[in-house]
Amino acid sequence: MKIIKLTFLVVAIVFVWFAQNHFDPYAVSILNNIAIFAILALSYNLINGVAGQFSLEPNGFVAIGAYVTALFLIPSETKIDMFALVDPSPFVLSMHTSFLPALIMSGVVASALAFILSIPVFRVRGDYLAIVTLGFGFIIRIYAMNQPSITNGALGLNDIPGNSNLYWTGFIMIVTLIIMLNIIYSKHGRAMKAVRDDEDAAIAMGINTFWIKTYAFMTSAFFEGVGGGLMASMLTTIAPDQFTFLLTFQLLIIIVLGGLGSMSGTILGAILVMGGTEWLRFLDQNMDIFGYNTGAHPGLRMVVFSILLIVLMLFARRGLFGNKELTDLFRRSK
Amino acid sequence: MDILTFMQQMVNGISLGSMYALIAIGYTLVYGVLRLINFAHGDIMMVGAFTAYFAHASGVPFGLAVILAIFAAMVTGILTDKIAYKPLRDAPKISLLITAIGISFFLENLFNVLFGGVPRAFSAPDYMTKILHFKGMYIPVTVIIIPTVTLILLFIMLWILNKTKYGMAIRSLAFDIPTVKLMGINADFIIMLVFAMGSGLAAVGGIFYAVSYPSIDPLMGVIVGLKAFAAAVLGGIGSVTGAVIGGFILGFTEIVVVAFMPELGGYKDAFAFVFLILVLLFKPTGIMGQDLERSRF
Repeated sequence: MKIIKLTFLVVAIVFVWFAQNHFDPYAVSILNNIAIFAILALSYNLINGVAGQFSLEPNGFVAIGAYVTALFLIPSETKIDMFALVDPSPFVLSMHTSFLPALIMSGVVASALAFILSIPVFRVRGDYLAIVTLGFGFIIRIYAMNQPSITNGALGLNDIPGNSNLYWTGFIMIVTLIIMLNIIYSKHGRAMKAVRDDEDAAIAMGINTFWIKTYAFMTSAFFEGVGGGLMASMLTTIAPDQFTFLLTFQLLIIIVLGGLGSMSGTILGAILVMGGTEWLRFLDQNMDIFGYNTGAHPGLRMVVFSILLIVLMLFARRGLFGNKELTDLFRRSK
Repeated sequence: MDILTFMQQMVNGISLGSMYALIAIGYTLVYGVLRLINFAHGDIMMVGAFTAYFAHASGVPFGLAVILAIFAAMVTGILTDKIAYKPLRDAPKISLLITAIGISFFLENLFNVLFGGVPRAFSAPDYMTKILHFKGMYIPVTVIIIPTVTLILLFIMLWILNKTKYGMAIRSLAFDIPTVKLMGINADFIIMLVFAMGSGLAAVGGIFYAVSYPSIDPLMGVIVGLKAFAAAVLGGIGSVTGAVIGGFILGFTEIVVVAFMPELGGYKDAFAFVFLILVLLFKPTGIMGQDLERSRF
């Protein structure tokens, strides 16, 4: 088993190095996108697939991560020039670090907010997490719009130093994968699965379900914050309208396609969905079907994706991998 | 702030609250029966508003357009249940929630593709948009019509739920679906009824929304749906009267806070969320609700 895992690791690292140096920029940008979405989807799968708590949080935490990283990276002189509506607050001006600490801070801030959210939500049974996190995504956008001294309002932040490259995104993706797998196969991961499968039984076994859910949610939020930071640095410009529910929806498709609870499935899902989004781009544009011009239909891709999600849920609820991992295929059956 | 302005804001609050109440009833009915947050509910409201818009724009009298809209919303609600929820009755809860989100996103994007995302001006007939002068207050007719219709619908709902056989079946489904089936009740038909009633009320709410803020767009259901859900939780999810009370409280708060503290105006859409968090923290069962999620221990 060890050898198989090591082989995967080495192949992944060599691939990242090779792609960064030899692929053309378009391919590298797609790979970057896949890696960032894989980071986000891996962490999203922890709360949704492993802990079984349906949540719609990613867009909120990604936005937070993106803004925190952006504010830490942009030099203060640039900030003064950029903030057109009001002057940046002194606190914002004093924020400046290099890339890695900025990413970690993004994760920490997202994680702290996740903790605050989890207090009201996990105290009660029921699916309130879904609706509270859905609302949270809106609140973050409203906040970003209405606090021009911190976020530059609707104009967003630009000129973010583009530190992200495939080394950063690829390696952080591998690190995320390893950490997620370690959590899943740890005591806490088993407790999360117990909460997912039967909460009453989990309580009877002495599991503190509040803390297990909070732990899963905070870990998820941390990596979503980091992913958001990577995204901000890759795009070099962010605005409140980028972090809509669409982002969450794409991640939901990825984890459902890959299999709720399967981390290797999530990676495969990220590749398929992000690749598919690029490939299906033609749907949004002008098409000639038998000489009849359909005109441009922005959003048609999303109709296709939502039908895909419903069909997957109805007919192939287990996704590609179910809750198995890729390495399970190599495991000798007992 | 003089007394006139205050009265004016109260009247506006009642009207906004009624809209939330109408939509919240749908959430609370479906949650009471299936324990499912019907994410598509806000979008069913949007379908209703769009149907009324297109019917009225193509020359149908407004009253008939409203009936058409209610019918279209009912059909959408029933189809949603039949296609997306019914096959998953025995599946894990998370599957249902994912299909619910899928349906919601599907409706939003379908309408976006078909009719474009640009907000459309909703033209209501004159008798709906008239403004009355009453002792120095400017009262749009809508703020009288909306609460009146809401209260009438609420009493009809309560009569159905408490006095008819179908209402009894709905209330029994909230306890235990398999047992209800054993009593010879067609559970799927009753669930269909629940979706039809909730969606019909949502359509009425959607039309009121479109008349008061005279514009509609494919995403209008998202925020309103979220707020209505918060109202349902505030009132006690599962209770119809609670949903109406929650809707009024939320509507009042929104209007009053913005009137007294205009600097918070940008955060208007966030109040519902704050309410939701506070209710979950201090009284998760809401004002009228019982504990639907009680543990077996």
